Amino acid sequence: MIRLEKRPSPSKVWTYATPVLAVVLTMLAGGILFAILGKDPLEAIRTIFWDPLFHPQFSGFSRPQLLVKAGPLILIAIGLSMGFRAGIWNIGAEGQYIVGALAGAAAGLALYPSESVLIFPMMVIAGALGGWAWAMIPAILKVQFRTNEILVSLLLVYVAENLLASASVGWLRNPEGGGFPGSRSLSGWDASSNPELIAGTGMHWGVVAGFIAVIFAYVVMSRHLLGYHIQLAGQAPRAARFAGVNPSRLIIMCLGISGALAGLAGLFEVTGPAGQISIDFNAGYGFTAIIVAFLGRLNPIGILLAGMLMALTYIGGELAQFMLALPAAAIQAFQGMLLFFLLGVDVLSNYRIRIGARETA
Amino acid sequence: MTTLLKLNGLTKAYPGVIANDDVSFEIAPGEVHALLGENGAGKSTLVKMIYGLVKPDSGTMALHGDAFAPSEPRAARAAGVAMVFQHFSLFEALSVAENIALGMENPPKPRELSHQIREVSHTYGLPLDPDRRVGELSAGERQRVEIIRCLLQDPKLLIMDEPTSVLTPQEVEILFTTLRKLSAEGTAILYISHKLEEIRALCDAATILRGGKVVGTCVPKETTAREMAELMVGKVLHQTKSGEHDAGDVVLKMESLSLPSSTPFGTSLQNVSLELRRGEILGIGGVAGNGQDELLAALSGETKVSSDVIKFENREIGQLGPNERREMGLLSAPEERLGHAAAPDMSLTENALLTGVVRQELAAHRFINWAKTKTFAETVIETFDVRTPGPTNAARSLSGGNLQKFVIGREVLQSPEVLVVNQPTWGVDASAAASIRQALMDLASTGAGVIIISQDLDELMEVADRFCALNAGRLSASRPTKDLTVDEVGLMLGGAHDMEVAHVG
Amino acid sequence: MMDLSSINPVVLVASLMVAATPILLAAIGELIVEKSGVLNLGVEGMMITGAICGFIIAVESGSPVIGFFAAALGAALLSSIFGFLTLVLLSNQVATGLALTLFGLGLSALMGQGYIGIKAPTTSPLNFGVLGDIPLIGRILFSHDWMVYLSLALIAGTWAFLKFTRAGLVLRAVGESHDAAHALGYKVIRIRLLAIMFGGACAGLGGAYLSLVRVPQWTEGMTAGAGWIALAIVVFASWKPWRVLLGAYLFGGITVLQLNLQAAGATIPVELLSMSPYIITILVLVIISADRRRAALSAPADLGKPFHATS
Repeated sequence: MIRLEKRPSPSKVWTYATPVLAVVLTMLAGGILFAILGKDPLEAIRTIFWDPLFHPQFSGFSRPQLLVKAGPLILIAIGLSMGFRAGIWNIGAEGQYIVGALAGAAAGLALYPSESVLIFPMMVIAGALGGWAWAMIPAILKVQFRTNEILVSLLLVYVAENLLASASVGWLRNPEGGGFPGSRSLSGWDASSNPELIAGTGMHWGVVAGFIAVIFAYVVMSRHLLGYHIQLAGQAPRAARFAGVNPSRLIIMCLGISGALAGLAGLFEVTGPAGQISIDFNAGYGFTAIIVAFLGRLNPIGILLAGMLMALTYIGGELAQFMLALPAAAIQAFQGMLLFFLLGVDVLSNYRIRIGARETA
Repeated sequence: MTTLLKLNGLTKAYPGVIANDDVSFEIAPGEVHALLGENGAGKSTLVKMIYGLVKPDSGTMALHGDAFAPSEPRAARAAGVAMVFQHFSLFEALSVAENIALGMENPPKPRELSHQIREVSHTYGLPLDPDRRVGELSAGERQRVEIIRCLLQDPKLLIMDEPTSVLTPQEVEILFTTLRKLSAEGTAILYISHKLEEIRALCDAATILRGGKVVGTCVPKETTAREMAELMVGKVLHQTKSGEHDAGDVVLKMESLSLPSSTPFGTSLQNVSLELRRGEILGIGGVAGNGQDELLAALSGETKVSSDVIKFENREIGQLGPNERREMGLLSAPEERLGHAAAPDMSLTENALLTGVVRQELAAHRFINWAKTKTFAETVIETFDVRTPGPTNAARSLSGGNLQKFVIGREVLQSPEVLVVNQPTWGVDASAAASIRQALMDLASTGAGVIIISQDLDELMEVADRFCALNAGRLSASRPTKDLTVDEVGLMLGGAHDMEVAHVG
Repeated sequence: MMDLSSINPVVLVASLMVAATPILLAAIGELIVEKSGVLNLGVEGMMITGAICGFIIAVESGSPVIGFFAAALGAALLSSIFGFLTLVLLSNQVATGLALTLFGLGLSALMGQGYIGIKAPTTSPLNFGVLGDIPLIGRILFSHDWMVYLSLALIAGTWAFLKFTRAGLVLRAVGESHDAAHALGYKVIRIRLLAIMFGGACAGLGGAYLSLVRVPQWTEGMTAGAGWIALAIVVFASWKPWRVLLGAYLFGGITVLQLNLQAAGATIPVELLSMSPYIITILVLVIISADRRRAALSAPADLGKPFHATS
C-alpha cells in the first residue's frame, strides 16, 4: 500500500532533482520504445543525446543547430512560464508565433526593396506586436467575458495556420516566385535578414533575445512585485486579490508578454533559419515550448537548460532519423513522454511517499 | 447489559503527533454522551474511527457487545452509526432529497423518499423542503438536512460534531429539543463540543480529551463549567478583561451599502450601515455565511463599492483598492487563513510582504527589499510568539493558532488606524485565542478602531464595546455590550432586531 | 462561379450528422469526465490515438467493428495514464491533459508509420428497408452507419444515467464536492478513474470514426483540433447531454456548409472558410461564458481541483 503524505514545506532537493529524474526515466522508457521499433536502444540514446555534440563527423554541423533550435524554444517558454505561474494558460503560442512572423514579414516586405537599416528593427517590433495582438484576443475575452483562455488560445492556432496558408499562397506570395507558394526570401534580403552573428555558433538575434528574456524573467520573478504577484495569483487567487492584485491586469500582462515573446520568436525564425514565409513554416515550437517550460520548472534558469536539452532531442532526433532510420514521430512521442514523467515525479517535491507499515511517532 | 458502544484502548498516530492515545469509554443506549476537548485534542480523529473513516492503529471497539471495526462509513452506517459533520458533507448544487439519498444505503424511490423526508422533518420539528437546492439553504437548514439524513436510517448511535457552532441561540434550542426526543426514544448521542454550558444543559455524561488522552470523566449537570474548562485546558484559566475604552472621533463610516452577491450561493448585503470610533471595538455577531465574507471584502477593498458609501476620516474610499486603503491605515484580516489571509505554500517572509509592502515600505520602485521583509516577518514572529523554526518556513506548516497569530500580528504591527478582522479565533487553541484577543484590545487602547466579526458570541461579549448582528446580509443597529442579555442577542441574531429589541432596550 | 444550387439541404443535414459524430462522441465522454470533477484537456490526444488504433486493427482484421473496439480500448488505456498521474500522483490536470495531447499526437504518428495511404475497410449504412425510401426523412434518419446511431444512443444513455440512476447521482456528487463524497464513504479516486477511462473510450471511438468512416484514411494529425472543439462544446452545452448533441450538430452543420461552399466555388477565400468553424466555436464560447451566473451554476463545483484524502 502506497500512501502520499503532504510535506509541511516543499522539498528543495526534489525541486531540483525531479527534472533530472524525469530525463533519466524518459531515457529508459524511450529505450524500450526504440527497442520495440527494432533499434538498438543504447545506440539510439547515444545518437540523440551524445552524437550531436561530440560525433567526429556530424557534430560540426549539428552543434550550431543547438542554439538555433533552443533560441525560439527558450524565448517562447519564458513567456509561457510567467503565465503558467499565475494560473493563466496560454497554450496557443504556436499561433502567436505564426502571427508574429506574418506581421513582421508583412511590415518588412511592404518596404521591399529598400535597404534601410531601420527595416530589421521595425520588423522586430512588428513581430512582437503581432504576437502580442494575437494573445490579446484570449486575454480580452477572458477579462471581459471570462471565456476560457485555454480553448480560445488553442483554437486560434488553427485560425493562424489558415492565415499562414493564405499569406503564402496569396497576399505575401513572392511575385517573382513563378506562382509557387511562399514569400520572398527574407534571409536573402540584407535589410531583413537575421544572420548567424558569430560563425559556427548558430547564434542569431533570436538567441540573443532568448538570453535577454531569461535575465529579464529572472529579475522580474525574484525581485519585482510583478513576479511576486504572478506567483501569488497562481498559488492563492484570493490572497492575491487581498494583496491588491488586479486579476484582469495580470491576465493582460501575462498573455501579452508571452504573446509578444512568441511573436518575436516567429519573427527571428522567419528572417533567419526559416528564411521566408511558407505554408509549413511553423514547426511546433509553440507546443514544444510548453514542455520546455515545465521541464525548466517554470524557472528562468531551468528553462534555459531545458531549452538546450529539448533542442538536443530535436537535432539528435534528426540525426537518428538519418543514421538509424528512426521515424521523426518517435522523437515527438519521446518528448511527450518526458512531460508525463516530469509531471509524475513532481509529486516527490510536495509529498512524501510512504510504503507499507505506518510509523508511530 | 446496557452498553451500546464500548471503546477500548483506541490509539491512532499521525507523523509527529499522536491523535488518540489509549482512549476508552462506554456509551449506553439513550445516553447523551459529551466528548469534550479543545481544538486538536483528538475528538475528530476519534469519531472518524467510530464512523469508519480512519482505522485505529490499535485498540478495539464493541457495539452491542460484538466486535465493531468498520472498514468504511458504509459499514458503520449499516451497523446503526450515523454522523452529522462539523463541516457539512453536503453538495450545494444538488437538492435536499438527492443529498439525503447519497447518505443512505438503500434509498427508496425519489417520490417515496420525499414523502419520508417531509414526514420525519415534521415529527422532529425540523421543517424542510426536499426539492430545494442545498446551496440556497441557511446554515441551520443545512444541518437539518444532515440530521434528517441520519434519522431516516433509524440510527442506534448519532454522532454530532460541533453541531451548534453554526446555529443561532434559538436554533440551538430547537436542536436540543430534537436531541432530547431522540434520546428518550433510545437513540444514543455522542455529542462533541467545547461549549461547556451546552454540555451542561444537554448531556448525561462527559469524557474529556486533552492531547489525545482521556483526562477525566464527569457528570456535566453536577460539574461547574469552570471545573470542566480546567480539565479541558489543563491549567487555571484567567479571563481576559474588557478594558474600558474611551471612544474617540468617528474614524470609519459605512452608509447603506447594498451589494449583490457575485457567486451563485453567496449572500447579498442589504442596506448595511455602521460607524466606528477610535479606541473602540465593534463586535459583529452572526452565523458564518450571512454576509461576513462579503462585508469584509467591501471594507478591505477587495470588492469596490460606490465611492461615498464608505468614508474613512471623512474621505470617500469606496472605490479604493486594498493597498490604497492600507496606505491610509485601514487594515484587515480575513477569516480563511490558508488561501486568503496567507498563501499556503509561500514562506512567512513572502506572506509578510503580502499586506506589509505598503506601510512597511518593503519595496522601492516596485523592487522588493527582501532583507527588510524578512526582518519584518521576524518581528511579527517574535512579538506574537509564533511557534515556527523561522521565517523561511511555509505558511501551511504552521498550526492554525500560530498562523492566526502571525496573520493578526502582521496587521497589528503595522499600526493601523482601523483594523477589521473576521473570525479571529476560529479553530484556534485557547491560549492563542486569548493572546489574539488581548492584542486586539491593546490595539484599541492605543486609539485605533477595531471591528471584530465573529460567530463566537462569548468572545464578542468579552471584548467588544458595542455589538450588532449580521443576519441574511442585513446588519442590525448596534448596542453597548454591557447591558445586553443572551436573549436579546439571540433575538438580534434571529433577524427580528427591529421591533423586539427596540422596546426591550 | 459559385453554384449554390449544387448544395442539397437534405444531403447537407444527412452529412452534418456524419461530420458531427466524432465530436459528439468525444464531447459526451468528456462531459462524464467533467461531471466527475476532472478536467481532461487531452481529448485531442485520445482521439488521435483512437483513430490510429482503430485504423490499424480494422485494416489488419478487415473488420471495422473490431477496429472501433480497439480504438475505444487504446484510448481508454491512454487516458488511464492521465488518470494515474492526476488522481494518484496529484499532478496538475491542465498540464497533464496537454501532455496527453502532445504524447498522443507523437505516439499516433509513430504507430501509423506503415499505414499512410491505405484505405480502411468500409463501414456500410444500416439497411432499414422501406424506411430508408421515405422522402426527406428516410435520407436524414435512416441512411447512416451504426456508429451514428450509437452516438445518439450514448447521448440518451448518458442523460438517463445522470438523471435517474444512483451511480449517476454519485458521479455528480463526486464532481460537486469530493471532500463531502469522501466523508460519506464514496471512493472518489476509483469513480473518477472510471469516468476518465469512459471519456477516453468515447474519444477513441470519435477518433476512429474519423479514420474509418469520415475520411476514411490515416493521416498524421488528422483530428485537426476536433478534440479541442469537443471540449468547447461541453462548455457550450453547460454540461447537459442533449445540449451536447445540439452543439455538435451545429458545429457539424458549419463544417459541412463551409466544405460545400468551398466545393461550390464560393468567392470567399478557402482559408477563411476553413478557419470559420474555429472562429465560430470561439464566438459561441464567448456568448456562453458571458452569462456569468449561469456559467458558474452549471459547472461542477470541484472541476479541475486536486483531491487528496487527508484521513
